[in-house]
Amino acid sequence: MSSLKKLTQKRLFLPIFSMILVMLINVIYDIACGNMPLQFFVITIKNGVLYGRLIDVLNRGSEIAILAIGMTLVVSSSAGTDISVGSVMSLYAGVCCMILAGYGNVNVSSYAHPLLVGILGGLAVTTICGLFNGLLVAYLNIQPMVATLILWSAGRAIGLLLCNSQIVYVRVPSFQKIGAYTGIIPTPIIVAAICIAIAACVLKFTALGTYIQSVGINKKASRIAGFNSAKIILLTYIICGLCSGLAGMVATSRIYSADTNNIGLNMEMDAILSVALGGNSLGGGKFNLAGSIIGAYTIQAITTTLYALGVSSAQAPVFKAIVVILIVVIQAEPFKVYMKKLTAKRAQAKEAA
Amino acid sequence: MNKKIIGVVACSAVAASMAIGASASDDLIKVGYAQVGHESDWRTANTQNYQDVFSEANGYELSFVDCDNDNAAQIEAVRNFINQELDYIVIAPIQSAGWDTVLQEAQDAGIPVIIADREIEASDDLYDAWVGTNTTNEGITAGNWLAENLDGKEANILVIEGSVGASAALGRSDGFNQVAAEHDEWTILDSQSGDFTQDGGQEVMESFIKSYEGQFNVVVCHNDNEAYGAMDAMDAAGITYGVDGDVTLISFDATHDGLQYTLDGKINCDVECNPIQAEVVAGVIQKMEAGEDYDKTTLVEDSAFVAPGIESEYATTMTDEILAGRAY
Repeated sequence: MSSLKKLTQKRLFLPIFSMILVMLINVIYDIACGNMPLQFFVITIKNGVLYGRLIDVLNRGSEIAILAIGMTLVVSSSAGTDISVGSVMSLYAGVCCMILAGYGNVNVSSYAHPLLVGILGGLAVTTICGLFNGLLVAYLNIQPMVATLILWSAGRAIGLLLCNSQIVYVRVPSFQKIGAYTGIIPTPIIVAAICIAIAACVLKFTALGTYIQSVGINKKASRIAGFNSAKIILLTYIICGLCSGLAGMVATSRIYSADTNNIGLNMEMDAILSVALGGNSLGGGKFNLAGSIIGAYTIQAITTTLYALGVSSAQAPVFKAIVVILIVVIQAEPFKVYMKKLTAKRAQAKEAA
Repeated sequence: MNKKIIGVVACSAVAASMAIGASASDDLIKVGYAQVGHESDWRTANTQNYQDVFSEANGYELSFVDCDNDNAAQIEAVRNFINQELDYIVIAPIQSAGWDTVLQEAQDAGIPVIIADREIEASDDLYDAWVGTNTTNEGITAGNWLAENLDGKEANILVIEGSVGASAALGRSDGFNQVAAEHDEWTILDSQSGDFTQDGGQEVMESFIKSYEGQFNVVVCHNDNEAYGAMDAMDAAGITYGVDGDVTLISFDATHDGLQYTLDGKINCDVECNPIQAEVVAGVIQKMEAGEDYDKTTLVEDSAFVAPGIESEYATTMTDEILAGRAY
């Protein structure tokens, strides 16, 4: 009993619990349909690559997971959200594909410039976007949502201009590889894993995490204590821009084209939601990166579950909303207090009896 | 003040020259076309088609106005047509509502109006004819082709729909379902939205493959982009499709890339939404001119294209020449 109590009090317990809850829906559905109960979790090798719903969740959730890294840091340091991430993803697509295809070309099967130039060019532009957002927030004290609103609307538009308002296809195998498979593993999973590993190492082995949290908790006090608060906030926005670029890289290579109208569309909402589902306060301060990452994969698990259940596309958003409400309520502080009171009452009743 | 006077003089000079120009070509049929704009390759092809068909060599004088998706500008353009006393007015309406007044003006002036391409919300005695395409018919064409191709064989169908609520998605579903309802041997296993995007098509197909492994033999995608995504998903899972494959792939739009895949035998059938409508409009005008009976509504036939090696009464077999000769 006491070990269970310890477990439930761990910070990551609720995010993980929510994720298991979502996957449990699949198990129940499979039992109801007479399928194998754990069908959702089966991973096999088919056609030489990993195959299974769980792989789909990890693969498709890569973009949101990468975005969640940057979003968590931004939320923590500035108590605000970067709503430009989806649009900046699309800008990456525009820049990268324009460089690789050459301006004005719509459909190419060979590079106009080397692949690395395209990727680094795209990432450089998105990092500059992060720098721009950061300068507005950190040095001009503009509210994060207002500051990032500029690139939220402009990023996609610039991407469209770079591509002449058309979908630019780069049909070269090495470009597609980032969105396809490396060996038997989907490359997006590897990209996301590397990003998460780097972020985790930096936070664990440097004091950056502590700096960010202290700035988020009290900007003024941190400055008086000797931190350059503005610089730290700026840094988190730059990291967020870079993460948007990396997520854009995965999304672009997946469809080997710059579909600037659709890449990263509404993705900022998923990124913010994953931070919230991870048990982080959107009011800044303390953060838990692992929670956000789990939150990101939970969102993708919901989407994959809805497909697996065959919920019609018109009703899917409603189901998604219901699941999200449940998860958020479970994690809400008043709800936790209520549950504690309830268990305490029960214990009292037991004692009395 | 001076500028105003110059303006008035210039305007009247233009008007006078237009009147002279008009009177000089009395034997030509004067047609005004108020086009939506030039937002897509499809629209550009439609404009080009009108300019080719209503040429002076064919006995027409075309007043063409590109309204650039501006509803007010389009109504103004139609008023100008009325003032210029053209013989016929063709409108591709930007908005479906708000046409009653200007249509009444045209009627009072005795100028026949033909609504083209899109639907209009006005009493049908205010205009004389409607010519256009119908997404429901595209769905029916796809269904008919599939019935012909399967020839009574069983079909287990997966549908990747377009964006929820989009008229093209609704029409294509509706038409295809009408045909499917006539075939007891057809089962629509599942239908999910891929949002008209390649990424959406790929994600939905990945899920379909897992849910209905080995159970489906037909995939219908509501546009070409979704079909590209579905093809990638099937490639990854080692499922073969197209002419030589296990799965029959049907798509809509017939864009250049889509038809290239059709030519390569990867898409079995690609149904087009036809921008080539001017010939039909010209046919209606000729009948009106001759005083013959004409149909109040005429549907432009959407063609469909099938991969080499397939013959069909509903579709044209794809060749290099067709692809090279496409207007868009």
